[in-house]
Amino acid sequence: MKWKLDDGAWSPYVAGALVGVLAIASVVATTALTDKTKFLGASTTFVRAAGLAEKAVASEHVANNAYFTKEKVKVDWQFLFVIGIFLGAVVSSLTDGSFRLEKVPPTWQARFGASIGKRALGAVAGGAVAMFGARLADGCPSGHGLSGIMQLSVSGLVALAMFFGAGVFVAHFVYRGASHE
Amino acid sequence: MSDLFLGLITGVIFGFLLQKGRVLRFDKQVGAMRLKDMTIIKFMMSAILVGMVGLYTLRAIGYIELSHKPMNLGGVIIGGLLFGVGWSIMGYCPGTSVGAIGEGRWHAGFAVLGMIIGAAIYAECYPLMLKTVLAWKDFGKVGLPEAIGVSPWILIPLFWVGTIALFRWFERMKI
Repeated sequence: MKWKLDDGAWSPYVAGALVGVLAIASVVATTALTDKTKFLGASTTFVRAAGLAEKAVASEHVANNAYFTKEKVKVDWQFLFVIGIFLGAVVSSLTDGSFRLEKVPPTWQARFGASIGKRALGAVAGGAVAMFGARLADGCPSGHGLSGIMQLSVSGLVALAMFFGAGVFVAHFVYRGASHE
Repeated sequence: MSDLFLGLITGVIFGFLLQKGRVLRFDKQVGAMRLKDMTIIKFMMSAILVGMVGLYTLRAIGYIELSHKPMNLGGVIIGGLLFGVGWSIMGYCPGTSVGAIGEGRWHAGFAVLGMIIGAAIYAECYPLMLKTVLAWKDFGKVGLPEAIGVSPWILIPLFWVGTIALFRWFERMKI
């Protein structure tokens, strides 16, 4: 097995296994240093971001909303975790030369052309549907997939099967005929 | 304050590893859903194999309690399917979208915007969901070992064997 690929990428097995170590270290650190054990996850942060944005224009509406009240609109551990993902990717991509400004993803372009408007529409609509689903399921591939399955949670195993099953089914029709980049 | 700092540091390392594994790419995410490039599955399952042993060991020595998300039948199944539909078109999941912007794929900003809109819509629909989809059946916070009455120390080796067989198959198929 190659540890490092030709373009400076790390083997997904190696990088993934290191994420496993990170997940364990994070659980140990949050248990020792904060008020409760925290498992990796990302999607609740999008609820908090929506709440913070809405608060700027309609703070009373946010205060009266049952879901925002349940999830607590605030900048917390996970919020900074998500910001950290952005920063980590900046550091990694700039130092190994894989940073590239890209208008439209190659596979998308092969199927739907170079229009930014079309890509924006697909990403916004797909993103809205996906996040609605993630909140209904109470987790995304980080919370349910990584953290859930690491704990052998029944919900994590079922959720990942649903995520991937529906993804494979829809992708078959949406990207039919496009070459893989 | 240490909460926030710890979150940031953990996120930076996570983002770094996601980028090094090249799983932040739209083409890798969609490539997996088209069964042409299993990079993201290799990455995710490797993390799970290692993490699983660590978390169950931490529980065995009494350092942590596990925290299962509820197995709410309607929520996990309907929500999971909706997530999959949106994921295939968006080409990112919540965690990878922000990382993709970090490596210059700025169009992932549209995905982030869409997900914030989706979260806002869900917040408005939450009372309705509580009365409908989420009210169907809730099996509670349950782990597979308790659900089927098999020790995790039997299930974890089985999980390893199955996953490594899957990895070998991916490599043989060159996907």
